[in-house]
Amino acid sequence: MKLLRGGRWITAAGLVLLAAVYVRALAFTPIERFQGPAQKIFYVHVPAAWCAMLAMGLVGVAGILFLLLKDPRFDRFGEASAEVGTVFSLVMLTTGPIWAKPIWGTWWTWDARLTLTLFLFLLFLGYLLLRGAVTDPGLKARYSAVLGICGLVLLPFIHLSVYLFRTLHPQPIVLKPSAPSLPGAMLVTLLFSFGVFTLLYVGFVVQRYALSILREPAEARDHHA
Amino acid sequence: MAETLRHAWRLARKDLLIEFRSRTAILSAAVFTVLVLMVFNFGRDPTAVAAVDLAPSILWVTFTFAAMLALNRAFQLELENQALDGLLLAPVSRASLYLGKLLANLIFVAVVETLGLPLFALFFNVAVLPFVAPLAAVIALASVGFVAVGTLFSAMTARTRFAELLLPVLLLPFMIPPLIWAVLATAALLAGRPLSEVAGWLRLLGAYDIVFVALALVLFPATVSE
Repeated sequence: MKLLRGGRWITAAGLVLLAAVYVRALAFTPIERFQGPAQKIFYVHVPAAWCAMLAMGLVGVAGILFLLLKDPRFDRFGEASAEVGTVFSLVMLTTGPIWAKPIWGTWWTWDARLTLTLFLFLLFLGYLLLRGAVTDPGLKARYSAVLGICGLVLLPFIHLSVYLFRTLHPQPIVLKPSAPSLPGAMLVTLLFSFGVFTLLYVGFVVQRYALSILREPAEARDHHA
Repeated sequence: MAETLRHAWRLARKDLLIEFRSRTAILSAAVFTVLVLMVFNFGRDPTAVAAVDLAPSILWVTFTFAAMLALNRAFQLELENQALDGLLLAPVSRASLYLGKLLANLIFVAVVETLGLPLFALFFNVAVLPFVAPLAAVIALASVGFVAVGTLFSAMTARTRFAELLLPVLLLPFMIPPLIWAVLATAALLAGRPLSEVAGWLRLLGAYDIVFVALALVLFPATVSE
């Protein structure tokens, strides 16, 4: 299948470029003065977070389009995007604490961003669980669209609530992330990494999308059986 | 509009009448509330943590769990003898169907909360009376928000496997924003802070209610129509 092969090539290119991101980040980007080598994880963590957000946003958009146009392709895309988003949010949630332990002195804190990303992950899980629990393909598509749209609307609320919640209290001085004004070399590495992660997202989604097309006859058979 | 509301009230009345005749769900929810409050009492060290410090969390966790029980029931009721198909064929709009379910759920949850609040005051020795009106406003606004989302989701989960388990998993992330604001508002009230400090939380709760009731009204037809 052409789509699947295309997705594989995109992913392969993304993985090769990911190696290049590592090499550039570790060997050719200056070490941050205050955080030391721990800061290097930033080049993986932030792009992963970006991809997770992108995935959730697109799940919501796919939901809206599905309900409006009733085209099953949007549902398939939503499913693919949610699965890939789950992986990226897991990357973000594991790299975050690894960085936070040496820098903040704690693995986890209920900071606005952290809480938001944890919810993002839970929303993805809920979305996938709902898909797994519905057998009728038509119902599954409509239910997932509804949940995806609700998730999209919820995210700003969670952001708002944790933001207000935290700013009511004085911020502990160690936990305060300073506004990063990146030097050129670091910025280039970060933007490069953003590009590579987005490419990986596209590659994974295309593959997953192609797989769900291949899987469709089998699922329809199971449903009628 | 008036038509929609009248139909909604009819549907809610039907649900409440079923509930009133059997009284199983409401009694279970009430007993459940008492038990959760008791568990909290034994789950803390009274010499280390003052009841009033934990009180807002206790109140809201109890209400959250009790609401979850109520929400599961709303659409499961309609599964028997394919009653939902009958409702969908009836000449009422989808909006009134949703509003009716929402209304019945809200009344159900309100009854449980009305029972829970005095017990909470009694068990944890919290003087609720001086600020019962603003507290009721907080409870009402927060409940409308999560019951609105919960009613929408229960229409979906009722027809899945593991409905009782799936609903909390889907709903809890959506309950968190109103829950955070309600806990903060309750804590401010219990600490005797001026009402002006609570107004901001009430506004946020109101905004959440408006957004999610409107969203649920738009999305609900997609969860039931064939």
